[in-house]
Order: sequence, then C-alpha cells, then structure tokens
Amino acid sequence: MTEPHASRERREPLVRLADVGKNYGNIIALREVSLEVSPGEVTCVLGDNGAGKSTLIKIVAGLHRHDSGEYRVQGEAVAFSSPREALDRGIATVYQDLAVVPLMPVWRNFFLGSEKRRALGLMDIDLMRRTTRNELLAMGIDLRDVDQPIGTLSGGERQCVAIARAVYFGAKVLVLDEPTAALGVKQAGVVLRYIVQARERGLGVIFITHNPHHAYPVGDRFLILKRGRSIGHHAKDEITLEELTALMAGGSELEELAHELQGLAGAQEMSEEAKRLGITD
Amino acid sequence: MGQAVARPPLAADERVARRSPFRRLLGRPELGALIGAVVVFVFFSVVADAFLQTSSFSTVLYAASTFGIMAVGVSLLMIGGEFDLSAGVMVTTSALVGALVSYQLTLNVWAGVLISLVVTLGLGFLNGLLYVRTGLPSFIITLATFFMLAGANLGVTKAVTGNVATDSIRDMDGFATARNVFASDVTIGGVNVNITVFWWILFVAIATWILLRTRAGNWIFAVGGAAASARAVGVPVTRTKIALFMGVAFCAWFSGMHLLFAFATVQSGEGVGNEFYFIICAVIGGCLLTGGYGSAIGAAIGAFIFGMVNKGIVYAEWNPDWFKFFLGAMLLAATVVNLVVRRRVEQSR
Repeated sequence: MTEPHASRERREPLVRLADVGKNYGNIIALREVSLEVSPGEVTCVLGDNGAGKSTLIKIVAGLHRHDSGEYRVQGEAVAFSSPREALDRGIATVYQDLAVVPLMPVWRNFFLGSEKRRALGLMDIDLMRRTTRNELLAMGIDLRDVDQPIGTLSGGERQCVAIARAVYFGAKVLVLDEPTAALGVKQAGVVLRYIVQARERGLGVIFITHNPHHAYPVGDRFLILKRGRSIGHHAKDEITLEELTALMAGGSELEELAHELQGLAGAQEMSEEAKRLGITD
Repeated sequence: MGQAVARPPLAADERVARRSPFRRLLGRPELGALIGAVVVFVFFSVVADAFLQTSSFSTVLYAASTFGIMAVGVSLLMIGGEFDLSAGVMVTTSALVGALVSYQLTLNVWAGVLISLVVTLGLGFLNGLLYVRTGLPSFIITLATFFMLAGANLGVTKAVTGNVATDSIRDMDGFATARNVFASDVTIGGVNVNITVFWWILFVAIATWILLRTRAGNWIFAVGGAAASARAVGVPVTRTKIALFMGVAFCAWFSGMHLLFAFATVQSGEGVGNEFYFIICAVIGGCLLTGGYGSAIGAAIGAFIFGMVNKGIVYAEWNPDWFKFFLGAMLLAATVVNLVVRRRVEQSR
C-alpha cells in the first residue's frame, strides 16, 4: 500500500495524533490534543473522569472519527470508520469492559471476530483451543480448561486474556483503557508487568489510566488531559512522579483534597467513637 | 478495595479441578429440558394408557415437529438476543402467499412455493432491518409487524377470494410432488410418521452444527451475549441479527408450506398466538431470554415436551382446556431451572 514511504515509515511513530478534536453535538469532548507512540514505547494518557480519555481512545480505536486535526498511522493520514479498519492497521484496543462475552468459553472469546477456519466454513476448534491455552501460558496464566465461560475468570486474568488476544492477532499498537482501574494492588501489578512485556516485544502501548502511580513506573511519555484539553505532554526524564500527580490533580485542587481527606479521617474517628459507645452499629 | 487478596499462584488449577463432571452436566443448557422431558414422559405413561402405543408416539412427534421446526429459528434468534412475535402469523402469511399466487395466477404450485419463500424471507429481512435501523427493542418492532401481518392476512385474502380461506389448490399442477416434500407420511416399521419429523431433525442438526462448529455460530452467541463487545472485536453485528430474523422467516416459510400442502386451503386468521408457543419451546429448552446462551437441541427437547403435553392430555382424556395451564406451569418451572443453572455456570469459581 505505502511502498514509496517505506523508508519514511520507520522513522515515523506508529501512531501520531496532531491537534485532534471531537465534538458530540454542542459538547466539545476533545480539543487540540496531540499524542504519539513509537515501537517499544509506552505512552500514558492521564486524566480525571470526564477529561476526554475515553473519547481519545475511541478515535484511536476507530469507534469514532475525529472532527479536526490529523490522525496518522505510520505516517499515513487515516480516518477509520470501524474498529475493524483500525485492527487491520495493527491497532488493537483492550476496553475497560474488555470486549468479552462473559457466558462464552475462553477460547471462543479469544478468537471472536477472527475465527480460524478450515474448509466449508468450519472452525478449526482444536487449533483455537490449543492456541488459546499456549498464548495464555506464555503470559503466565495456566488455564487447564479453556472451555470455562470467561466470566468465571478473575478481573486480572480476563484483562490478560484480552491483552494476549491483541498481541496474538499481530497488534503493533496496544491501546489499554484503564486496565488497572478495577483491580486490586497485586492484580494491577500483574497487568503492569504485561505492559512492560508488550513494550519489550516491540509493541507501542497507549496506556490510559487515572492513577499516576500505575503510569509512572511503566511510561515513557505522559499526556495529561483535563476537560478535553492537553495540559501537559512530557517525556519521563522531564517529570517526577510527584510533579505528575500534582499536574493531574491541579495544585490548588490537591490542597483542597488534602483538607477534605483530613475531614474524612476525622469523620472516621468520630464514627468509630460512636460505634464504641454503642450509639450506632 | 485496596486490599489485594493474596492467592497462591496455582489457584487457577485448583479451581479447574473442582469442576466435577456433575458440574459440567449442570452447565449444559439442555439439562433442565431433558429432566423435564423425562418427567413429562413418565407422567403421561402412567396416567394415559394409550400414550405408550407407537401410533400415539408418532402423533406426539408430529405435534412436536410442527412447533419444533419454528422453534429452531426462534431459538437461534433468542440466543442472538432477540424476539420475533410475528413468527406465528408469518407462517400463515407464507402459506397464504403460496396459495393465492398459485391459484389466482394459475401457476404450477412450485412457483407459488418459491414466490412465498422470497416474500417470507423479505419479511424476515424487514424485521431485521427495522430492528438494526431504529435500535428499538425487537419486541416492539415484531409486535408491530405481528399486527400488520395478522391484519393483512385477513384483508388481502378477503379482497382476493371474497372469503376468509383460500381456494383449494389440490387439483393444481405440482401439488402431488409438493405434498410429498412438505406434508407426506413415511411408513417406518408399520408406523406412519409425518415427513415434518425428519425435516425437523435435519433442521435441528443444521442449527446445532452452525452454532457449535461455524464462525456464524460464534457470532450468534456473541451478539446475544454482549453486542457492544462483539462489535468492538469486529463481529458484523447487524448482519448477524438480520440473518437471524431471516432464519425465523425461513422456518415460517417451511411451516407455511406444510400447512398449505397438508390441507390445500389456508384459513387466513390462523397462527395468532403460536409465536408464544415457539418462544416457550426455546425457553423450556434452556435458551436465555436475555440472549447469549442456549441450544437448538434444547429447543427441540422443548418442542418434544410441548408435543407430549399437547397430545398427552388428549390421551389421558382430560379436558384439553387444561393444556395451557400445564404449559404455563412448565414454562415457570423451566425458567427457574434455567436461572439456577446459569447462576451455577457464572459462579462456578
């Protein structure tokens, strides 16, 4: 498709958004946001709820088309009209809800939408079962029974199945939408390890999170969003974890938060006192 | 939150080991229906002496097949997460189209059969298209088409024939061969079995094959279980849903042709209310009303239960008015069993 640009492609980042904007009716969801990710690199997108993170990844994933600005994949301007098109360009998105069908077996979920087939439209079930098992094993998940409904796996395991699926299907760019949001500390650690693993395999990763403590250890670049705008784009050596946290919350708001938390701590003590005295249960 | 429950690394394996064969059996969608079928069979064997005769059994199978053929399409649609309330009257529409086209234009009945197929598939396509274009619940869409078809069946038939039934096509070209295909009796070991029983078994086999062995089957489960997720991983959700509505239409066409060639005339007011029987067959057979779970074999067992109750009451010489009571009770029991089964499946961790 892009032979003449072959030499240029290598220097171009895998994904580059330049001044991208998106409106929903009269709501401006995203305004002049830029982002890039190259092979073997993790770009973290941070922001509070409603900052525009979801809109941003929906554009990258091909669910929505951007209204302004430029979206380039390996140097070529694109405007995807379906997630399928993004997938065909090697951009795989692992959504917050993981895009899995809870009642379906793990292996059917793994190959959903990209089923392996033999003649007559028959699915190659043996191959799919075996591949699912091996791919998960490679990520350190030992599932003996890939026939169990995926809804029976733990949140971290499901997340890893979704990541393994994206990697297996030749993703060059992995877009992870809040993969650690619903997880406990230990399971979040497992997922972060896979992010590093994917980076070491040479994938570009776009990691969306609202937790700077998850983003900082694995990220190479950080894009901070607020109310649909970029309020900072930094390489790792330009910023510390403290600065990142402060930037995300916004200095004065952080102080307010500290006050609030102090208040809450007081309330906690009071309710414990009340419990001790037998006033409430 | 915040507190991670430390789990030994081998926890996943231990969990798998706990899934006993019994649990696995509980996870089958057909289980509830199978137990129900055995209970109903034993019950009527005891209370109705005539029930165990082979000729009675063939009558039960015939009743089961006429509803079972529709239940194949309806169950696939239900697994795909949708309803079709127009399925009952669509059978009549299909038969009417076949009869009216053949008689009024004096064509070979096979021309009527083919035109009916095109029209009925078109109706299914329309149901599907309306659903995916409007995004309204399929319950509403097909409720509307149900009333429209029921009205059109009567209106058009009266306008064309001046009567509520179509003229007999018994003497027309091709009737004998069409009857052989759609409504003949096959004698096996001295027992007459209607050919619909064999068609039913074939359709169930094809549907099961599609569901379990083909990509389309994967898509059907997925669009019913979580349509948004399915779309996100590249499953053509709208195409799958439209195809499922057309599957119901195909079954309606076949049932309509059976009606037409069994009786040669068609009563234009027939079919109203049957859509619920098809849904009951599917639900008793373990299909979840909310989609994403179920099987064509389960729906076939559901239809078999339906046939047993339908005819068993007659053989037991009870007042057939009680048939509907039985059916309702069975539906309630089946849904409760399904609920329990699904909870087991989802919590088998």
